[in-house]
Amino acid sequence: MNENKSLNGKTAVVTGGSRGIGKAVALRLASLGANIAIIYASNEEAANKVCEKCRNEFNVEAKCYQLDVSDFTKTKETVMQIKKDFNAVQILVNNAGITRDNLLAMMREDDYDSVVDTNLKGAFNMIRHMAGMFIKNHEGCIINISSVAGLLGNPGQCNYSASKAGLIGLTKSVARELASKNVRCNAIAPGFIATDMTFDQQDNPLVERIPLGKMGSANDVADAVEYLVFASYVTGEVLKVDGGIAM
Amino acid sequence: MYFDAIAKIISERTGTDISTIKPESKIFELGIDSLDTVEILMNLEDEIGMQIDLDQKVETIDDLDKLIQSKMAV
Repeated sequence: MNENKSLNGKTAVVTGGSRGIGKAVALRLASLGANIAIIYASNEEAANKVCEKCRNEFNVEAKCYQLDVSDFTKTKETVMQIKKDFNAVQILVNNAGITRDNLLAMMREDDYDSVVDTNLKGAFNMIRHMAGMFIKNHEGCIINISSVAGLLGNPGQCNYSASKAGLIGLTKSVARELASKNVRCNAIAPGFIATDMTFDQQDNPLVERIPLGKMGSANDVADAVEYLVFASYVTGEVLKVDGGIAM
Repeated sequence: MYFDAIAKIISERTGTDISTIKPESKIFELGIDSLDTVEILMNLEDEIGMQIDLDQKVETIDDLDKLIQSKMAV
């Protein structure tokens, strides 16, 4: 590893950090020396375990915060608490996401709303309440975890695809708005990644059509996060981590 | 009244002579864009001892001053 690749003294906030991609990202950033604030929706035990691992294995500060990121006001309160606990934050990874899959013709209104509210508005809420700090400090790296579903579409996931495509527009606008303050914003579009959330995707016929011939791992996405955190001349980019399926 | 504090920050940022900055001065005409306004507000935090959320557009320094005062009053 390059010796300059250290996040010592930096703090990263990772939403949806108790498991899956978020957990792998939190552990990776901790391994590089960053203090970690994990935001989780419901699985307190899992979130605590990730924090413990960050502290014990990587000797960084780590705290977890229960929050429904779709709640604008509560997100503000949590961000203020994180600022109190960690002083300043330099890295934000918007990873929190849910699925409520169904065919469009059968989809309930609340299944559409809850997915868009968590996946898209949740990222907006986090960025909205942290932007002032990034602007003031002239330092910030925002990474939104989108999906190839947002690029290609996916039958049965119109809500999820819409939210993930929305994240790409959000990413590019934020990148343009904040670039002059040395705040970068990028997106990662994972393909089929083996996690709890995609457990039922193992049989998806699309898996056979992945050029690299297998599903990805959460660590593959953490690799991309690590790259973007240090890629100081990259902003507004959508980095696919998909085994080639969306090329 | 936060006019003096705002004027001081703008003067330091832009090199504008502080005596030429008036409450009715338009922020844009002083070489400050809307994003800079957010930054100024963040920098004022220490001085005024609380976080102010800029959730509306402001045109003059007086607008910004009044906005801060209204938020402080809540």
